[in-house]
Amino acid sequence: MTTIEAAEPVIQLKNLSKTYGDFTAVDRLNLNIYPGEIYGLLGPNGAGKTTTILMMLGLTEPASGEALVCGLDATRNPMQVKRKVGYMPDDVGFYEDRSALDNLVYTARLNRIPEAEARSRALLLLERVGLAEVAHKRTGTFSRGMRQRLGLADVLIKNPQVIILDEPTLGIDPEGVRELLALIRELSRNEGITVLLSSHHLHQVQQICDRVGLFVQGRLIASGDIDTLSRQLDGAPAYRIELDVLPWNESLETALRGVDGVTDVQLTPGGGLSDSNSPNAELATVVVSGTEDTTAGLTKAVIDAGASLFGVRPLRYGLDDIYHRYFEGGESRERLG
Amino acid sequence: MSVWVNKLRGTAGKTGAVEGKTSVSSGAPRTASPFWVMVQKEFGDHIRSWRFVILLGIVTLACIGSLYTAVTALKDGAQTSGGDANFLFLSMFTVSSSGLPNFLTFLSFLAPLIGIAIGFDAVNSERSKGTLSRVMSQPVHRDDFLVAKFVAGLLLIAVVVFSLGFLVMGTGLYTIGYPPTPEEFGRVIVMLLITTVYVGLWLNLSLLFSVRFKQAATSALSGIAVWIFFLVFYGMIVNLIGNALTPSDPNDVQGYMDAQNLLTLLSRISPAHLFQEAASTLLLPDVRTLNPFVTQEQAYLAISTPLSFGQSTLLVWPHIVALIAETSLSFAATYLLFMRQEIRSRS
Repeated sequence: MTTIEAAEPVIQLKNLSKTYGDFTAVDRLNLNIYPGEIYGLLGPNGAGKTTTILMMLGLTEPASGEALVCGLDATRNPMQVKRKVGYMPDDVGFYEDRSALDNLVYTARLNRIPEAEARSRALLLLERVGLAEVAHKRTGTFSRGMRQRLGLADVLIKNPQVIILDEPTLGIDPEGVRELLALIRELSRNEGITVLLSSHHLHQVQQICDRVGLFVQGRLIASGDIDTLSRQLDGAPAYRIELDVLPWNESLETALRGVDGVTDVQLTPGGGLSDSNSPNAELATVVVSGTEDTTAGLTKAVIDAGASLFGVRPLRYGLDDIYHRYFEGGESRERLG
Repeated sequence: MSVWVNKLRGTAGKTGAVEGKTSVSSGAPRTASPFWVMVQKEFGDHIRSWRFVILLGIVTLACIGSLYTAVTALKDGAQTSGGDANFLFLSMFTVSSSGLPNFLTFLSFLAPLIGIAIGFDAVNSERSKGTLSRVMSQPVHRDDFLVAKFVAGLLLIAVVVFSLGFLVMGTGLYTIGYPPTPEEFGRVIVMLLITTVYVGLWLNLSLLFSVRFKQAATSALSGIAVWIFFLVFYGMIVNLIGNALTPSDPNDVQGYMDAQNLLTLLSRISPAHLFQEAASTLLLPDVRTLNPFVTQEQAYLAISTPLSFGQSTLLVWPHIVALIAETSLSFAATYLLFMRQEIRSRS
């Protein structure tokens, strides 16, 4: 992280605000995004994510503050910013009676790429996003996942320095999401493209983002990598391990509590599988919290106590939990850092 | 040379906003500007669309119908009314028989329809399909998008109108076997130009509606409503006002004249009326004035000959200017509305 942050930020938002009448969509937002990183802007619907993105592209004017993209003021020089930034709107649309190739070539030509070059580049990108076979099909027949992948190709055709993806995973099946995210990650790693993606799907974004920002009601309430965020949660233990054991009894609990570094042992109500029909209905799932990684000690303790160990899972705070915690905390917990 | 280039670079760096527009034109391989790329694409879209095929069908039918009317009327000796065979070729566009409408009527009827059909979903369909925000995120000026829509539509209209006009001229030439004089040809060309402007006005109105209304159906309906208003109701309303304003005293000449002038002014607000007056004046050289009041001396002393081409054009020049002004006004409204809108995906 330190190496990345040493560089000039690619996107720099300074006290950015946007109001619609009385409603404040974005409230004094400060955010730096550095070259080559994947930043996830997370927040519920209506949090102001899209508005923020539109201001970065100069598509809407901020009420106050400024958005610098690649060192350029997006409000004053939208044309230059748009030349360097690829933007995929949420639920991207294409000209339905044109082929995928035609759509890409059109975008390329709007970016003043000569037609022949645009064509070859479009074909290359279609190959890359896995749409080579349908290059000459009308986009009207495309499924949602195909459209999103085509959207990615469309964003890449102008060789951008930064790509901004608004809800890229919305409405795609899990396999499609996995492929799309893998593609985004690969792009970012191999070509050093800075990626900003917004989402309200925490799990998906968690897999690929270097850093995430939690965005609620127009304010960025936390920003950092997922580990930092989970540590920021007050009183949250640094390490938690989930164990599936059989049988569960008092002596085992004492044994586990006796392991070095363990601070708390809690039985998960209902058990891990909670399926009364399964043969392992009495299987108990416990969550062991500790100040350090206690996995080795715990497994040994379980075996020594004569119980069977069915599963060990280190628990990291998922974004879901983080997200949830922030909402539970409400106003009092708006800044934890 | 290099000094100049450096100077240019220097100024471009200082005034960043300007650089966006100018720097690329000095690039080594000249590529089409985004504006013309958009125009090209719009034009292609129109030509491929079903609606264009349908429009073309209607227009062709109208062309055949009006030719049929004209030829039958000419056979029946319609030119006796004018008494001069000089403008026989022009009468092909204006004469009619047995209640069938002539070419001019067809044109004044169809022109708004063409304009509305081409423009009514220009902006809102892009919006609802999610392509607008994608195109706007490319390095394209926002006004270029709108202007490209307009220019592509106008080009298409010009192609349709002129091909229709030439088709009628050509077929007519073949049927009646009477060639046009250069003057007649010029009159027809100017008339076709005015028609293009007129259709352009309707294109602009429908563009305005397509920016204003999110639903294509609403925008089409508003366009048709305005069309019907000017076609049917506007004349009625003007008549109504006329009846109310006409002074009761039959000797009040000044009152009569004021009322009439006001009525003429009112009816000339309607683009349909403007077009009809302009086009018929051009195609009927006998029309010497569009003023409803001619003094006795003027009527008595005027030489009863058709006007020359130049004089006819002079007569309708205010009409042409008014049509262009109305087009510009509605374009300005569209432009303002579009520039103030926020572009979000599919909303």
